[in-house]
Amino acid sequence: MREVQLIKQFEERINNGESIEPKDWMPEKYRKQLIRMMSQHAHSEIVGMLPEGNWITRAPNLRRKLALLAKVQDEAGHGLYIYSATETLGVDRSDLIEQLLTGKAKYSSIFNYPTLSWADIGVIGWLVDGAAIVNQTMLAKGSFGPYSRAMIRICKEENFHKKQGFEIVATLAKGTPEQKEMVQDAVNRWWWPSLMMFGPHDSDSPNSEDLMKWKVKLNSNDELRQRFVDLTIPQAKAVGLTVPDPDLKYNEETGHWEFGEINWEEFWNVVKGNGLMNKDRLRARNKAHEEGAWVREAARAYAEKRETAN
Amino acid sequence: MNNFLFEFILRLGDDNLILGHRLSEWCGHGPYLEEDIALTNIALDHIGQASAWLKLAGNAEGKNRSEDDLAYKRIEREFVNLQLVEQPNTDFAYTIIRQLFFDVYQLYLYDELTKSSNEEVAALSAKSLKEIKYHVRHAKEWALRLGDGTKESNRRAQIAVNDLWRYTHEMFVTDDVVEALIKERAAPDLASIKIKWEEMISQIFNEAKLFIPENEPPIILNSRKGVHSENLGHILAELQFLPRTYPDANW
Amino acid sequence: MSEGILWEVFTQSKNGAPFTHAGSLHAADEEMALQNARDVYTRRGEAVNIWVVKSEEIVASSPGESGPFFDPGNDKAYRHPQFYKVPKGVRGI
Repeated sequence: MREVQLIKQFEERINNGESIEPKDWMPEKYRKQLIRMMSQHAHSEIVGMLPEGNWITRAPNLRRKLALLAKVQDEAGHGLYIYSATETLGVDRSDLIEQLLTGKAKYSSIFNYPTLSWADIGVIGWLVDGAAIVNQTMLAKGSFGPYSRAMIRICKEENFHKKQGFEIVATLAKGTPEQKEMVQDAVNRWWWPSLMMFGPHDSDSPNSEDLMKWKVKLNSNDELRQRFVDLTIPQAKAVGLTVPDPDLKYNEETGHWEFGEINWEEFWNVVKGNGLMNKDRLRARNKAHEEGAWVREAARAYAEKRETAN
Repeated sequence: MNNFLFEFILRLGDDNLILGHRLSEWCGHGPYLEEDIALTNIALDHIGQASAWLKLAGNAEGKNRSEDDLAYKRIEREFVNLQLVEQPNTDFAYTIIRQLFFDVYQLYLYDELTKSSNEEVAALSAKSLKEIKYHVRHAKEWALRLGDGTKESNRRAQIAVNDLWRYTHEMFVTDDVVEALIKERAAPDLASIKIKWEEMISQIFNEAKLFIPENEPPIILNSRKGVHSENLGHILAELQFLPRTYPDANW
Repeated sequence: MSEGILWEVFTQSKNGAPFTHAGSLHAADEEMALQNARDVYTRRGEAVNIWVVKSEEIVASSPGESGPFFDPGNDKAYRHPQFYKVPKGVRGI
């Protein structure tokens, strides 16, 4: 069959809402975009363990410690699910990890910000996971079967992440004056980076058009960002917190919260590797990988010995 | 009796709390993704057990101290965990050998505690035992792989055994607290547990090509009475930082 | 290969239920695959039993053949109970 015809059939399937499976014919560009996007997503889950992991040993009571530990562990699981889904496209996890470790692959810039207080743990659960859930709820309806199935599982598991975050935020917000200050400071620092998580404006997003045509993404970056703001502002108000945006106002006619312009210079600067924690995050991942090399080697050697013995 | 019971349960709680703390330091830094998740699962089990034991300890003490009060508001000298569990992770081999020593001890101890005359102790031991059996399997399988994997892994595992062996004697020390509980048939004779422990460890080591160090001089250990290695102070500095900095706050 | 062999994991949610595909993982051997499957795919008590199988040993039908492979099953009405008539008043057939 000719390529043009195959593409036509492929796009018909997409338009009929069919799910594309790994062995189905797909345009090379679809495959490549998926690998890029999914591996970035997986890397983000793994690197995302670090900023929150920073507070596991310092969680203020046993209940919070258990919840945080379970949450960070879930992120490892989610990274694993998404790597697995990516591998169905014919790539090897070790190659993907190599790309992360050498700095060739990107991950979400939000994790290049530092966690400076316990309130950051609450605010990350609320805002960062909140933003991720908005994005992932859309991805769960995407056209590539393994990715959308992974998203469905992840969304189910992440339900508790946002809740545990908001519980921390709400507790601090009605706590001592110092706690209130701590949580407001955390919101001030995480608000704009959370909005940046949705990526550049659609007009500046080079991959958006293809991704939407092939229903890898169903909504644009700006649409999702707006959805997140509309969802979050009432939550902030409910616990008496403000977001650091003097231009924020409710538009009665559209029913949307209008917000100020994002500092794109900061966004691109962090993407390019100049965030406060870019180097630390990659150093930590490299260290774990290098120090784990002899362990992986031992497991393999043992398995091989047993294989030959049988 | 009550005070002895409190002290005994506190030991069970503190062992779990400090070991869980050490294991939780691996989260996000494991040798590969699957093992990262496995280590965190075990950390969660220990912290969960710690929480339950400390709650029980608080009840036994009768001074209205919650599990969090006990975990977060005692000073170093009041902690009665084994020195073994506060030893640093160092590398994966140290971690596995430390876990193996402790897991096998916990397995036989809790197995006996399920028959304790104290019903709450018996019930919580039975509940924990399910988790412990998996911990033993995890540590044992890894000990085999490290011991009989590569030269390098065997070397690291043997160093860990040599360094950590000295801390194992303390698990079986019978003092006034243990004696009092034995009298009440609330706790088992630790000497009988030691025999089973040694048997399983030698069996695993035999298969794993690891050796129990000879001529290891006994060192003075008294952590059950609150004397610790320098590690514990640093662990508590992290663990207790928030409640200590903001004593009036709820979290 | 530094990440180990790829395995597919199947879990049984309760006794008597069918095994369903849960996902995949990397492990060096069977025991590790089983342990890791337990830790990765049953963190919320989702299973009472697990199967692990090397991914490379799974034989799959190919999507291009899905027509000829499965359609013939669609017109064999005599395989379904609704195909047959039972005289009125007769029960328990």
